[in-house]
Amino acid sequence: MNLALNIVAVRTIIRKEMVRVLRIWVQTIVPPAITMTLYFIIFGNLIGRRIGVMDGFDYMQYIAPGLIMMSVITNSYSNVVSSFFGAKFGRHLEEMLVAPMSYATIIIGHVAGGVLRGLLVGTLVTIVALFFTDLQVAHPFIMISIVLLSSIVFSLAGFINAVFARKFDDISIVPTFVLTPLTYLGGVFYSISMLPEFWQNVSKANPILYMVNAFRYGILGTSDISIGYAYTILLIFVVVLFTGCMFLMQRGIGIRE
Amino acid sequence: MNALTIRNLTKTYSNGKQALNGIDLTVEAGDFYALLGPNGAGKTTAIGIISSLVNKSGGEVEIFGHNLDQELEAAKACLGIVPQEINLNLWETVGNIVTHQAGYYGLSGKLRKERVEKYLRALRLWDRRDDVSRSLSGGMKRRLMIARALVHEPKLLILDEPTAGVDIEIRRSMWDFLQEINEAGTTIILTTHYLEEAESLCRRIAIIDEGTIIEDASMSSVLRKLQREVFVLSLAEPLSAAPALKGFETRLREDADLEVEKGQETDLNDLFEQLSAQGIRVISLRNKANRLEEMFMHLVENKGADV
Repeated sequence: MNLALNIVAVRTIIRKEMVRVLRIWVQTIVPPAITMTLYFIIFGNLIGRRIGVMDGFDYMQYIAPGLIMMSVITNSYSNVVSSFFGAKFGRHLEEMLVAPMSYATIIIGHVAGGVLRGLLVGTLVTIVALFFTDLQVAHPFIMISIVLLSSIVFSLAGFINAVFARKFDDISIVPTFVLTPLTYLGGVFYSISMLPEFWQNVSKANPILYMVNAFRYGILGTSDISIGYAYTILLIFVVVLFTGCMFLMQRGIGIRE
Repeated sequence: MNALTIRNLTKTYSNGKQALNGIDLTVEAGDFYALLGPNGAGKTTAIGIISSLVNKSGGEVEIFGHNLDQELEAAKACLGIVPQEINLNLWETVGNIVTHQAGYYGLSGKLRKERVEKYLRALRLWDRRDDVSRSLSGGMKRRLMIARALVHEPKLLILDEPTAGVDIEIRRSMWDFLQEINEAGTTIILTTHYLEEAESLCRRIAIIDEGTIIEDASMSSVLRKLQREVFVLSLAEPLSAAPALKGFETRLREDADLEVEKGQETDLNDLFEQLSAQGIRVISLRNKANRLEEMFMHLVENKGADV
């Protein structure tokens, strides 16, 4: 593999992705900021005042890390799925497929684009959150590493969704019917210690629970789950999903006839 | 050295359609090669496999000695592709499209800027570099795809019907440009429906039909094979039936339009003598079709048998 060529190529894909995100900022950056502001007003401010304290934090503080993580996850996923599927649908994906860069470069470039959009929106939501509550970062390394790993996981998942998608409906099915329910049930708005034991165990099968709680631990220092489990699960997902992406690209599934 | 070597290439699509039945093809470096065939013959499938956009079912492809199975990235680096369908990002600017493509081939910095400018100027698109590609006319989009395919200066350029839907003036200027880059050393393979285009540009020709190569020879030798020509005669007076003329085949197209097919062994003097003897006066005469087109139809109909 020509390393210099692949470095230039991956930088080109990232630049292209960022230009795209900023060109359509009304679609990519504004909606999550508005949605999260509404969450903070309605759930944090209005309803939260009646809920009171959760795990020793006021409700607004408690949900802020989950909402930031939720915006990172959904934006990382949707950036890769819409960009890669758009390129496939418009057939300009062929520009990359005929070029001598490796398949790993194509994957890494798109995943990096998803991560950058996720982090951009996550930063914006954090700024919005600071208008409503005070956030002290308890464990900065954990906060940053968890948000990065989670963003990578969902960017890779978005890539796989885009590879299999044949029409635009196919890129909204997973976010609507899988991602959103898992996020809402992933402990963004509540501690799973509030649930009966059976539902606590069911919740532990939801990978997003580990991401939200580990991120919350990074900021607030409190979590429902073991941080070690969270890292293990995230790393396993990164390896499995990246391997899956490479397999799909090498076999040409969904992209070559 | 061969620019392209194809050995026993086969492709069967998942729906069972056999698109290629084991084709063999060799294109020498520096050649200007025409690949012709009717719609659905397998041309685009073959190009798709060469450019690694279509998975082959069997056989081997080498581009400048690099086997697609073993040295895919080296093979891709030698190749530039201009596809049949417009495959531009319609929301991206002209300049960015070519700049990104240069980046995918590892070009960066000053060299990338120079190449982008060089090919956008050569294809007369430099003034439109900041416009999004969807605002371009059809001919400009085709020129942009050529600029994009050339930005890494490939040794082998494959163009799949590059002048489809392009007006005559732009088509002629594209021909001139392609001849220039071929003379500068780029091997070119061209598929086209304009047989005049292949005849005036290409030195070698392959004809593919139903997934099989039925002719592969130099353009001059293929044209020498042409033994028959068809003339259309406009007659002074209409006829009720085609006249019988010894040594010629005749067909009445309209009442006063007579189609006459002649072989190399007969001459037009003989034709006119026979027509005069039957009292048939001819107002004008024209050659029915492009010679290559005529031969192409014979070959496809007779699957490569001598015409």
